[in-house]
Amino acid sequence: MRTTRILGGLLLLAVVGAGGFAALAWRSELDPIKPPERSAFPPERIAQGAKLASLGYCAQCHTAAGGKPFAGGYPLKTPFGTIYGTNITPDPETGIGTWSEEAFARSMGEGVDREGHHLYPGFPYDHFTRISADDNRALYAYLMTREPVRAEAPANELPWPLQFRPLLAGWKLLFLDQGAFKDDPARSAEWNRGAYLAEGVAHCGACHTPRNLLGARETDRKFAGGESEGWHAPALNEASTAPVPWDQDSLYAYLRKGVSEDHALAAGPMAPVIRNLSSVPDEDIRAMATYIADGMGERRPAPPAGAVPAGNGAATVYAGACATCHEPGGPLQFAAPVDLAKATSIAQPDPRNVIQAIMGGVMTPDAAAAPLMPGFAHILTDKQFAELTAYLRTRFSGQPAWTDIEGHVARIRSETGSAGGSSTRIAKGE
Amino acid sequence: MNGPVLSRRGFLGGGALVVGFTLFPGRLLAQAPQEGDGGTPPGMPKALNSNPLLESWIRIDADGGITVFTGKAELGQGIRTALLQVAAEELAVDPMAITLVTADTGRTPNESYTAGSQSMQESGTAILHASARVAAILRDLAAKSFGVPADNLKLAQGAVAAPDGRSLGYGELVAGGELEGVRAQAGTVLKDPASYSVIGRDLPRVDIPAKVTGGAAYVQDMRLSNMVHARVVRPPSYGAGIREVDTAVAERMPGVVGTFRDGNYLAVVAEREWQAINAMRVLAQAVKWDEHETLPDQGTLFRDIQTLQSDERVIQDRRDDPAAVGGAVHRLDAEFHRGFQIHGSIGPSCAIGLFRDGAMTVWSHGQGMFPLRSAIAEMLRMDEAQVHCIHTEGSGCYGHNGADDAGADAALIARAFPGRPVRVQWMREDEHCWEPFGSAMVSKARGGVDAQGRIVDYQYEVWSAPHSTRPGGAGALMPAWHLAEPFKPDPPKPIPQPAGGGDRNAIPLYAIPNVRIVHRYIPDMPVRTSALRGLGAFMNVFALESFMDEMAAAADTDPVDFRLRHLEDPRARDVVTMAAEKFGWSSARLPAGHGKGFGFGRYKNYAAYCAVAVEVAVERETGAARLVRAVAAIDSGQAVNPDGIRNQTEGGIVQSSSWTLMEQVTFDRTRITSRDWSAYPILRFDHIPDSVEVHVIDRPGKPYLGTGEAAQGPTAGAIANAIADAAGVRLHELPLTRRRIKAAVGV
Amino acid sequence: MITLSVNGRDHQVDADPATPLLYVLRDDLEMNAAKFGCGLGQCGSCMVLVDGAPVVSCVTPIVVLEGRAIRTVEGLGTVDDPGPVQRAFMEEQAAQCGYCIPGFMISAQALLERTPSPSDAEIRDALKPNLCRCGTHMRIMKAVRRAAGFMQTADAGATTSNGEDRR
Repeated sequence: MRTTRILGGLLLLAVVGAGGFAALAWRSELDPIKPPERSAFPPERIAQGAKLASLGYCAQCHTAAGGKPFAGGYPLKTPFGTIYGTNITPDPETGIGTWSEEAFARSMGEGVDREGHHLYPGFPYDHFTRISADDNRALYAYLMTREPVRAEAPANELPWPLQFRPLLAGWKLLFLDQGAFKDDPARSAEWNRGAYLAEGVAHCGACHTPRNLLGARETDRKFAGGESEGWHAPALNEASTAPVPWDQDSLYAYLRKGVSEDHALAAGPMAPVIRNLSSVPDEDIRAMATYIADGMGERRPAPPAGAVPAGNGAATVYAGACATCHEPGGPLQFAAPVDLAKATSIAQPDPRNVIQAIMGGVMTPDAAAAPLMPGFAHILTDKQFAELTAYLRTRFSGQPAWTDIEGHVARIRSETGSAGGSSTRIAKGE
Repeated sequence: MNGPVLSRRGFLGGGALVVGFTLFPGRLLAQAPQEGDGGTPPGMPKALNSNPLLESWIRIDADGGITVFTGKAELGQGIRTALLQVAAEELAVDPMAITLVTADTGRTPNESYTAGSQSMQESGTAILHASARVAAILRDLAAKSFGVPADNLKLAQGAVAAPDGRSLGYGELVAGGELEGVRAQAGTVLKDPASYSVIGRDLPRVDIPAKVTGGAAYVQDMRLSNMVHARVVRPPSYGAGIREVDTAVAERMPGVVGTFRDGNYLAVVAEREWQAINAMRVLAQAVKWDEHETLPDQGTLFRDIQTLQSDERVIQDRRDDPAAVGGAVHRLDAEFHRGFQIHGSIGPSCAIGLFRDGAMTVWSHGQGMFPLRSAIAEMLRMDEAQVHCIHTEGSGCYGHNGADDAGADAALIARAFPGRPVRVQWMREDEHCWEPFGSAMVSKARGGVDAQGRIVDYQYEVWSAPHSTRPGGAGALMPAWHLAEPFKPDPPKPIPQPAGGGDRNAIPLYAIPNVRIVHRYIPDMPVRTSALRGLGAFMNVFALESFMDEMAAAADTDPVDFRLRHLEDPRARDVVTMAAEKFGWSSARLPAGHGKGFGFGRYKNYAAYCAVAVEVAVERETGAARLVRAVAAIDSGQAVNPDGIRNQTEGGIVQSSSWTLMEQVTFDRTRITSRDWSAYPILRFDHIPDSVEVHVIDRPGKPYLGTGEAAQGPTAGAIANAIADAAGVRLHELPLTRRRIKAAVGV
Repeated sequence: MITLSVNGRDHQVDADPATPLLYVLRDDLEMNAAKFGCGLGQCGSCMVLVDGAPVVSCVTPIVVLEGRAIRTVEGLGTVDDPGPVQRAFMEEQAAQCGYCIPGFMISAQALLERTPSPSDAEIRDALKPNLCRCGTHMRIMKAVRRAAGFMQTADAGATTSNGEDRR
């Protein structure tokens, strides 16, 4: 898969042509500055920047596990290799301390660092380019007033020739649609606010929109479902297979608390998004819910679940391992979501999220990140995992059976290192 | 010396021959109240006075086997080991040679509840005196037998030896019933603490080997022949009632012996545990409840608490130097909050009931077997004599949790299934939702500091719901509320000073000339509350110690110096000085992001002294705070098992750090919503301190002061002070969560 | 009938195959160490080793355990001949009420079999699934460190004296 992508990419880049490439790829270095004092920024601008940084959950990809906030080092696993989040504290040597406001705005809008290097789109400047100049100023003010931390992020782990950054100029030519967000005058102010946030700083499409072989978003399939770090990022458009259609209220509840009782509890890469959003004001959350809900469109009713063949061994596993919490009458019957017939994850087109949750367990999406459901990595064999996953799909969803469940199980087990380690794998909390 | 022949139950009631004890005023009084207390003569431990027959405390069999009886219970605090040490010391035997029987209404003295860090003061002192008296009797008997003066005899290893080598075992000496009916009396001569060989030494806990090797150690581990398993289907919220229920489906399930319903009380009994759990789930689905909005609005709780009907008590109003008030150059005020908190034993409550031949036996890990017996007898409308309650250890007890209620469950269900032992195991959600919580509280402090940096006046008001809803007969048992003929809780009564409940430790120990302390007791709180380790002291010491630092800062004085400036009691000064020294307290600032804080309290203002110095790390960007290091000094009087004191104090500090930084019950207007460990997270190993160090100041010969609850408040204050030092923000509302810290720090 | 191998011995168990192992251990095999704490897999008091890994037995149906090696605290040693983890917990007096301790010992045993000289960070990480309410955490840390020492000494002793694994 990866080889195909890379070969395809090389071919495309060849098409771009070597001729104008050098000119296209070159970007000037912007002058370094002395890190500004906090007094250089009005406090309200810093506060606005803080809110935007939470909306963009910058800290997630720019903070290593157990590391200092914004000091970089988080390994973002992409189909092309691992990219490490950079240090965006105002440390002059290893962070962005010498970046001017202009350099910062250029990086957000064009994906170019102060010295003129192209940045990998793992840093979602294809979204950030929609951010307004004022908001970029606010983000700059916020980041430049963080505690400077001296920390060098590890080198990216990318196969040849992807380390060669000028290639990214070609990528941008093909896929980067620069320019700030423009309001749609036909829509409400709330819708436009939501669209501005979701398309820009919150970069929802970075995970929820599928990507092409070159890792660019397929803009004609916006929100049709993508992936992130081994998890499926479910569709946020009419392609959603959620048994209970999502609407503005349920999206709001989910973004606000990480739980929508009739749909899902935020887990995997979405949990830190929710944690970051916890400091974002209600009106912004509502606005995003309004915008996303609008795009979910009309839905066909979910197909009825089929019958599970008698004597299914996985039913016994379910009865002993899952039913305590997931059947009605259980201890968490007033918490959510426990009714698997309503679970978005079980109705999704691929089984990864179900396997991830069962194998690694689930933490609460709040700041406490407390273990909610234990991981079954050491309890179930790969075969038992696959059987249970298939059983859940059949019993709780009328969607077609999943394929290659065994393959997903084996991959997730090896990717998450769930062969060893403690039975409750604690996902990266806070 | 022969008294009337009495049954055990009989002599617990008293009424036998009185034996006079020699009175040597002096060291003998150390472990007993100096003042007579409610009819207790001076020099006579209260518990011994209430149960004066020596054999109600110590029995020596003809074969020399020694059994010691205590009305107190092992709650995980290690009291079993410490009491053995006390008895062994005076009886001159190896502690392992003694069998200790804990609270049992059929066998032991009635010592009411094991609570308030009073087991050593009460039972420890009683056993010390009783043991000393028994030793004296043994010595006298041997002296008579050998024909030599008692002073020439030596007690060791369960025998009395004469200088010429003759020796008589304790069993031989009393085989004729010489201890029967003998009563304790004031003035027993105790050993000189300087000669102690068992007391004051670290003795490994006697219960630990079984607990780490899978031995039966808890009521949960009891397997009686023919036992069945019960589970209770509790209402989903306070005050909910059954609208309709169909028990038939559950009754048809495999292994189900039957269901039991009485009003809104619903339970199921099965042959096997998993069958009972499954049947409980099915039954829970088969019942429809009518629920009501009975709970306060959590969002406005602390404002609303101040408007609830409260009973105002001025517990101190002292104006020793009214003129000094005018000298204040700094005036400060602050308001403190604490939400509801759970006990949260790791093992949910459990009990076994057996109803046979008209008599009820209940094995329970409750704190008071005698009050439980009364309450269960009342609930079942049985003669108290027909109810037998036996303490059997449970998971750690930090106050009034679900233990008594589980005992009531077992009794109710067992009566419906006579002849078979019924084991009732609470589920996690039973404990999280139905145990009585530590009470929410609000307090307001005001104070003035003069130009010399001395506090000239201090006012403190504290609003609190009850911290004790026991005893209270059947009405104190939650299951009894749900019966068709329900028992209602008695109107709760505040615990009077000097112990206090919500106002425990509200009066500062610091020397302040003008002090006014008001306790606003809220009898009607729609959330069930009762005693949680430390009661009001946790909050009041948190508030006082926070405020002390605020005043110290106003006076530009080091917090430790500021405390010492206002402390006169030398033992208080000693713990403060020792904690500061061992911590390495200085005026130097810790590295960025780290802060140090100090807290002190004398529990109940008359029990153990404890000072805690801590280092806390605060991440400004997220508000995450972690206790990094704690150093404590504690003076619990005569130390019986110093390692036991260290263990309890370390535990108090670590538990308090969890309370202080993380814990709060959540609820909507109808239901408790913190139903499990995900909704009520507590400390896990990723947030534990790097080190916790406890220094015990031993006071040989001084009265036992108890240990269990001394560290909670000082730790909370020290942590709040360290956060203020690290992040420059002062938080007044518990818990000090990362969210609150972040909000205070700002961007 | 399901055959369960517990501490090296096979047991025929006549129980609903969905029954979580915890209840079979406690009620059928009459073993005490694994404890009921939450029944939700959140607290670790019910932990046992399955093929060397710590698992929460309260949500582990016995149907998945046939042919797998289950070990409990009872299998780590006895009062008279305690295993290294048990000895370490006794010597450190690492218990207050003790209810959670067997679960911690299982987490510790699994860690030390995998990582004989763990760092403090590794110990904390391994113990994260377990809850203690008495605040015995610091002693538990010490006990695990001490147990690591015992196990290394024992291994070294075993190798040099008779070259066999004594376990």
